[in-house]
Amino acid sequence: MSNTAKRLYYIPYMLWIILFVIAPVALIIYQSFFNLDHQFTLGNYAAYFTSGTYLRMTLNSFWYALIITVATVLISYPAALFLNQLKHKDLWLLLIILPTWINLLLKAYAFIGIFGQNGSVNQFLGFIGIGPKQILFTDFSFIFVATYIEIPFMILPIYNAIAEIDPALLNASRDLGATNWQTLTRVLLPLTRKGVVAGVQAVFIPSLSLFMLTRLIGGNRVITLGTAIEEHFLTTMNWGMGSTIGVILIVMMFLSMALTAERRHKRKGIGTGAKEK
Amino acid sequence: MATPIIEFHNVNKFFGDFQALKNINFTLDQGKFYSLLGPSGSGKTTILRTIAGFNTVTSGEVLFQGKPQNDVPANKRRVNTIFQNYALFPHLNVFDNVAFGLSIRHVAKAEIETRVMDTLKMVRLQELANREINELSGGQQQRVAIARAIINEPELLLLDEPLSALDKKLRQDMQYELRELQQRLGITFVFVTHDQEEALAMSDEIFVMDAGEILQSGTPVDIYDEPINHFVADFIGESNIVKGTMIKDYEVEFVGKRFECADAGMRPNEPVEIVLRPEDLDVTTPDKGKLVVQVDSQLFRGDHFEVVAYDADHNEWLIHSTNPVEEDKDIGLFFEPEDIHVMRFNEKEADFDARLETYEGE
Repeated sequence: MSNTAKRLYYIPYMLWIILFVIAPVALIIYQSFFNLDHQFTLGNYAAYFTSGTYLRMTLNSFWYALIITVATVLISYPAALFLNQLKHKDLWLLLIILPTWINLLLKAYAFIGIFGQNGSVNQFLGFIGIGPKQILFTDFSFIFVATYIEIPFMILPIYNAIAEIDPALLNASRDLGATNWQTLTRVLLPLTRKGVVAGVQAVFIPSLSLFMLTRLIGGNRVITLGTAIEEHFLTTMNWGMGSTIGVILIVMMFLSMALTAERRHKRKGIGTGAKEK
Repeated sequence: MATPIIEFHNVNKFFGDFQALKNINFTLDQGKFYSLLGPSGSGKTTILRTIAGFNTVTSGEVLFQGKPQNDVPANKRRVNTIFQNYALFPHLNVFDNVAFGLSIRHVAKAEIETRVMDTLKMVRLQELANREINELSGGQQQRVAIARAIINEPELLLLDEPLSALDKKLRQDMQYELRELQQRLGITFVFVTHDQEEALAMSDEIFVMDAGEILQSGTPVDIYDEPINHFVADFIGESNIVKGTMIKDYEVEFVGKRFECADAGMRPNEPVEIVLRPEDLDVTTPDKGKLVVQVDSQLFRGDHFEVVAYDADHNEWLIHSTNPVEEDKDIGLFFEPEDIHVMRFNEKEADFDARLETYEGE
């Protein structure tokens, strides 16, 4: 195939990258340097780093994203392990992926119905004599729903990582005297680390900027950077400040990617690698 | 008498409807090299996995040093396995792979260090302790697997076709090494293989298996010289098998002629099968031969010529000859009475052994 023909195949891809990745990021960065009067300024960044509110919001975002991620890992790892031992595991996996095909907004509204004053959970609590409780618009409900929504994105990479492990390795571990717990911590977890990291990236980073759930389920009690951006663009119309927070969010995403990225294995005997195969 | 290390009593194993083991009984003594030999699906790996504790038995009893093992989990058995594809931990380097069993049992760091290095020295890998597993050749991985198993000082080492992934030359070297290692350590080896040469070369005793049953057990020489039936004769080494009739004790008829032989204890005129090993057939002139065959083709095998010839009844004969023969020429085949091995149809191993006792005692 000629080189020009090869280049033709890149055109849709390049267009996509330019229009939907590079251009928006460039626009956000550009916007972040302008104030409400469309004058060039560094004031937005200064405001962000000197204002306690914004820094608290950032910390808040991190904190909730962390809780959501930890909760998802704790639920997803055993679930993925269990799924791998089932007979029709592909079918079960499909059932877990299925909810991701439903619109996020629909799921959020469904939870309003479930957790609301007259929702099924409160009806049940009333039935067993505890009486209705405030569930919606609490930290708990926000974390619960966010975790529920993120779980499939965590299970999938972990499930794949576990499925790739040669079962002989687990037998070898037991054969050498390891209990099930030791096999989990010394063989299974290290070998599935990549899957967990991929899952954490897929969950933690989007969780930083959740805004719809904070409003619908968290009742605006939980303020994250996502909420702040939405406010600036839609309510106060301060696009410059919104963009600034956006840029900071992007930087944080890159940072967390870099932190969780697979580090190259440090080698002790470099250059003597036997390549007989 | 010392307690046998492993005993199987009437062991049956089903996988769904499939019966993988059919009433298996055997006893393994301390310090010997055993081979389970059979084609794939014969149940040899199932026996190995049962000893290791990866399989439960459907019925029957497995004893280890006289103690029942049916409910003992794999990690509590004093048995280690060398897996078919080694099953080395890819996230650990050579040292940590070998140290795995010791660190699981919280052995002190200093002791782990010395024992791992000693064991690596034993398999000549001490220089590679810090290598990653994927940087090793197949033969080196094999040695790591051996080191990882023997460092735990098991009473019994199970080897699941460990040489099948190596090339021929390396395989032969490893056969010597494994045999030597077994004798040095003095522990029992149970070696699973489908390669009859491997089993014959290394074992003190071989169990030949097919379709979930042990067909014959014995020393390599016994099994080679006195195969119990067509399957064993065919599976162990190359052989010429023809139908014949046992006229009376020490006289057998096949390809229309009567021959003196060394077998007895059968009914007069009982239909039997005759085994003649290719290396027991000597090429001579047609008038001196006990059989006359026409040469069809020959292959040079390095240390011998493999000759294919046909007799007047169109039976094929395989002959190992040190000298080349001329194709399409008639040649004579000479053999001694003891080269003829007579096999009865459907004879069980116990009856076979008993019959051999009656006339081989002298």
